[in-house]
Order: sequence, then structure tokens, then C-alpha cells
Amino acid sequence: MEGNIKLINDDGLRLDGRAFNEMRPIKIQTGVIEKADGSAFIEWGANKIIVAVYVREAYPKHTQNMDRAIVKARYNMAGFSVEERKRPGPDRRTMEISKVVSEALSSAIILEKLPRVEIDVFIEVLEADAGTRIASLTASSVAVADAGVPMRDLVVGCTAGKADGRVVLDLSKDEDNYGQADIPMAILPRTGKVVLLQIDGDVSEEEFDQATSMMMNAMKDISKIQRDALMSKYSIEDGE
Amino acid sequence: MPMDSNAVISEIKKGFILDSIKKGKRIDGRSLTDFREIKITENFIPKACGSAMVELGKTKVVAGIKIEEGTPFPDSPESGVMALNIELLPMAFPTFESGPPSEQAIEYSRVVDRGIRESNVIDTSKLVIEPGEKVWMVYIDIDVLNYDGNIIDACTLAAVSALKNAIVPASKYGGEDFKLPVNALPVSVTMAKIGDELVCDPDLEEEQVSNGRITVTMAEDNHIHAMQKGDVGEFSLDEIRKAIKTSSDIGSKIREKYLR
Repeated sequence: MEGNIKLINDDGLRLDGRAFNEMRPIKIQTGVIEKADGSAFIEWGANKIIVAVYVREAYPKHTQNMDRAIVKARYNMAGFSVEERKRPGPDRRTMEISKVVSEALSSAIILEKLPRVEIDVFIEVLEADAGTRIASLTASSVAVADAGVPMRDLVVGCTAGKADGRVVLDLSKDEDNYGQADIPMAILPRTGKVVLLQIDGDVSEEEFDQATSMMMNAMKDISKIQRDALMSKYSIEDGE
Repeated sequence: MPMDSNAVISEIKKGFILDSIKKGKRIDGRSLTDFREIKITENFIPKACGSAMVELGKTKVVAGIKIEEGTPFPDSPESGVMALNIELLPMAFPTFESGPPSEQAIEYSRVVDRGIRESNVIDTSKLVIEPGEKVWMVYIDIDVLNYDGNIIDACTLAAVSALKNAIVPASKYGGEDFKLPVNALPVSVTMAKIGDELVCDPDLEEEQVSNGRITVTMAEDNHIHAMQKGDVGEFSLDEIRKAIKTSSDIGSKIREKYLR
């Protein structure tokens, strides 16, 4: 589109002042939806996403799987979440995101422990500012854990991409729009196995390696934020 | 991969496929990186502006292109439009249903679309008739006629082959017909993880016993233009690097043999 937008200045800093390997701030809170079995709210930069999880007998009955649970994530964007109003209802992009998020969560959940069960993960993007699929997945896995669903690990995600031809971590909206590539990835941190990975744009093998090693590092910190969010629900505050 | 109960595979067959792959051979005799036989029939639908039928083993798809005049999107007034859609026809498989596209069809469409869009096969800036007013709209519709695994690679091959022979029907609108300029020949290579191995171009039975799929689409520049990890399953980073190498090797051979 507009190739003349400069995403990285002469000091090597990005438009929002971050270094090439610097994340936006992330905050996660659990137990935010009283009615749900589990829930989480994530603020990732200017992204605001809320996730609620319901664990229940699969319905209609013929969708039940006799030896395992099924995971149904539904990624939805509020009309007011983006610059131009998003028309309500699923579209091709949101349906694909729902699918890859469901599949990534399925790898982390011990499905055999919950035969005939459906795990509904409702994701509502209240404000979107690049990286919503990964922020949604990162929050979803916390919400699923918050619901007490048995899991092998907490899925953690991150994105990298290219801005002005350079590999950078955690793309901003401008970098997503005017950059040359977008690489969302999610792993199970205990094993480092990749459960979500998509690329679109122009990425060489070396750039792929740079991007993944940056993301692997960043995901350690995000993992900790996820764990802290779960733990803090059960901790007793001092001085009360 | 169809997750329905109709798509079950017997434990004995599953064991047979797994054992065989462990020994480096597949039950149809292919090596782990071999594709099934590829047959491309270009200009299969003369009424379309460009078309191709692709047979990848028993998987069969037809891509047809229609190019029409239209108004550009307001946010990109100086660029033509490309849209790609894959239809999983109910005739193609017992559990495919008519009606709105399934998640599976949408994922396939979007992966194939990204591979073609991001490698700039069509330079949409050259499809402008009057900036902001009139541009060429390139619609790539792909019908899946028979599903025997690996729709993504069959559809990418079909779309690129159809684009290669597409003619912009400008004479319909008072101009002169011209060949649609094609800048790149991307090839997607899809691999299924079966046991600890990655196998290229999985057929239906292989898809049914696999734990995850990975597609890497590269063009002549040997850069990744689309990648998608699909289905439930996990990959190590080493496996992904291996998938990239395989896509680069096998993809360039397919490009030379079938797209040049």
C-alpha cells in the first residue's frame, strides 16, 4: 500500500517507541465473568479481549464424542472494536481464527478426561489493535484453566513480523498494516511444541529463525503473566 | 480432515500405515516426500477467462477464473481486486454438505488465497482501468469434485495454472483482450505428521491417522509466503524447519515440472 511510511526511525526505534524485540505491556485477570465456569480478561497493548468458558454436556447429542471432549472456540469482534464498524456475525477471517484457536487449545486440554463434554470458549474482542488471535488464545488458555479443565500445559502465544524489512516482535497495528509479514505462533511452553503457526507475507528461512527465537524468549515472560493471573485468584492479599 | 464418524479408519489399517511410514515407505509405495501423480489440464473450461483441472492422485479439483470490471475498495483505489474461494462440493465426499461453507472450506480457501496473494502472483496495481473508479476484479473459484486428501496443494496448483492461462476480457468492455500478467509461481507443499515423520501430500487415509498438518507455500524467491499449521497436533521447531526445507526442495521441482 503506502510503501513510504517509515516504521522504524533512525535510532532503531519503532513508531510507538519500542525496540525491535520489545513487547507491548500485557495484563491478565481471571474470574471476570461470574456466570461462566472460567473467564479471563486480557489487555495486550491496546487490545482488550474478554474470554468466558462453559464446560457442559455436548449438545445436540449427536455431536458428543464418547471418548473425549470437544473444544469449540468462537472468536467474535464487537462492532465498536475496530476503526470502521465491524459488521456483526462470523466472517471468513473470524471463522478461521475460531478454528485455529480451537485446535491449539485441543492440544493442551486432556480431552480424554471429559468424554461427551463440550468446552465452549467465547472470545469477545472489545478493542482490537493487532495481534488479537494470539491475545485471544493466550487469554483463552487461562480461562480454560480457570474453569478447572484438566490441561497438559497453558498455551502461550506471541507474534513477530517484519517492519521496514526488519524482523520485529509483537507487531503494532501500523506494522501489521504496512509491514511485510505477520507470524503468529503459539506453543506448549513445557515442551516447546508449536500448536499454532501461521505466516503471511514474505519471510526467508533466516528471518523465520530470528522471529521464532525472539518469540520463544518473549513467551517465557508471557507464560509467567498467565500463571500469576491464575495464582493471584487464590492468594490472600496482605494487610487485610 | 473431516472429523465426522463416516471418516473413520480401522485400527488395523492405521497400524499398517504407521508401521510402513516408520520404515520410510508409504502403503502406496511412495517415499515420505513423494507427491501422488499430478495431472493438470489447462483451459479445461473455455467459457472461463482461465481454468485448470488438477488431479492429485484421486483428489480432483477445477479452478475457473472470471474477470470483470468493478469498483475498487475505497481503501485501495489504485488496485484491482482478487478473491479466491474453494467450494467443498457435497459430491466430493460423503460427509460434505451443501449450504454455507464449513470452517474447513474457509480455512483451505484462506490458506490458498494467502499463498497466491502474498507471493504477488497478480500485480493488482496493473489491473486499474480508472483509478478510484474502475478496476479489474479477478475471481478465482475452485470446485473440489473428489476429496482424497490434500485439498490445499491441489487447489494452489489449480489456481496458479488457471491464472497462467487467464485472459482479461477487455474487448467485452470496448478494449482489447490481454493476457493476465503473472509474476510468480508459488507452490504449496502440505505435510502430515504421522508418528514422528512428516509426509508430503497426504492422501485421505494418511490425513485420518495424522497428528497435525503443516503447509508451506514458497515462490521462486524461496521465501515463505504462507504457512499454516492445521488440525489438532503439535510440531517441534526442528520439524517446522524441516518442513520449510522440504517445501523448498519439493516445491521447486513441482514448479519446474508442472508450472513452467
